Amino acid sequence: MSDIQGYSQPTEAQFGDYVALLKPRVMSLVVFTALVGLLVAPVGVHPVIGFASILFIALGAGASGALNMWWDADIDAVMRRTMGRPVPAGKVQAGEALAVGLSLSGIAVVMLALASNLFAAGLLAFTIFFYAVVYSMWLKRSTPQNIVIGGAAGAFPPMIGWAVATGGVWIESVLMFMLIFMWTPPHFWALALFMKEDYHTAGVPMLTVTHGRKETRRQILIYTVLLAPIGIWAALTSIGGPFTLAVTVVLNAIFLKGAWDIYRRDETVAEGDKYLVEKKVFKFSLAYLFVHFTAFLVEAVLKTYGMGGW
Amino acid sequence: MSFRPDHELHRRRLSRNVGVGLTLAAFICLVFALTVVKVTRGEPMQAFDHVVRPELLKAPDQ
Repeated sequence: MSDIQGYSQPTEAQFGDYVALLKPRVMSLVVFTALVGLLVAPVGVHPVIGFASILFIALGAGASGALNMWWDADIDAVMRRTMGRPVPAGKVQAGEALAVGLSLSGIAVVMLALASNLFAAGLLAFTIFFYAVVYSMWLKRSTPQNIVIGGAAGAFPPMIGWAVATGGVWIESVLMFMLIFMWTPPHFWALALFMKEDYHTAGVPMLTVTHGRKETRRQILIYTVLLAPIGIWAALTSIGGPFTLAVTVVLNAIFLKGAWDIYRRDETVAEGDKYLVEKKVFKFSLAYLFVHFTAFLVEAVLKTYGMGGW
Repeated sequence: MSFRPDHELHRRRLSRNVGVGLTLAAFICLVFALTVVKVTRGEPMQAFDHVVRPELLKAPDQ
């Protein structure tokens, strides 16, 4: 009898565990930036086609997340931040994550091609390949520049959204791409400064591990300085206007001040106040991207009332 | 007549089965809505299908 009572069922994966494979929080950022890319484009899109396209872009992003969880299960298991993910937690088998990732990638790309156009679908396929193969399999474990180049994968969604509407690439969509691309390094390195033991334990060559924390602080400042003119340039194009320009100037001033504060500090001071400034800059960086893209959206709405734009 | 009680496996997998069912239903609705939109907007219904379709050929002046 005790044998029967002692027998435990293997953990059964619930539907939510498969949803968690798709990294819903990353998907929410993808949905938002892709939606902005689609709505600020100069070509109108039917609401149903727009909705379906955003859904399939998000599904493609989720699929690449599942492929990343399949490949990175070993390092996810040793990092505190990621050890609760479905694969290292033992809820979903690594092979299942691979199957989910591959099949959803195929569905997302084919359906986006049918719903919108081949160019947007090709861009989505390239984004999935870039995140799963170039970033996860190749760069993440081999170079401290992993975040810089891998950030491109997260920067594609507004370009795909724009391509859904226009069927091509314009300078405005490239600038939206560049905005996220240049924003990613200071955002992640600020996180790496106060989550140090995690990346160190996993042996991921984060800049903080390979080049030291002083150099990381310097690189955060460099990328934040490079980010500022891109935001200003985007505000001066057809998707911008006086409102966006004002928002951009304020956002970049705050971000630059934060990056400068991080650069001026050393580890003794940072440990003294438990990385207060680094944590504040990390939180602000999230707001930076959200507010910047919201400004593009507000400008587009203002334009329909004859107020925004240049 | 009585229904057979569910196997324990069915109870364990209830959330998965309901989730997959609802996802598939939503997907069907979406494809139907896309079809309605594309058809009512008069987008091309035909494409190359291994035989020449005269109506798909461009007119000489195009």
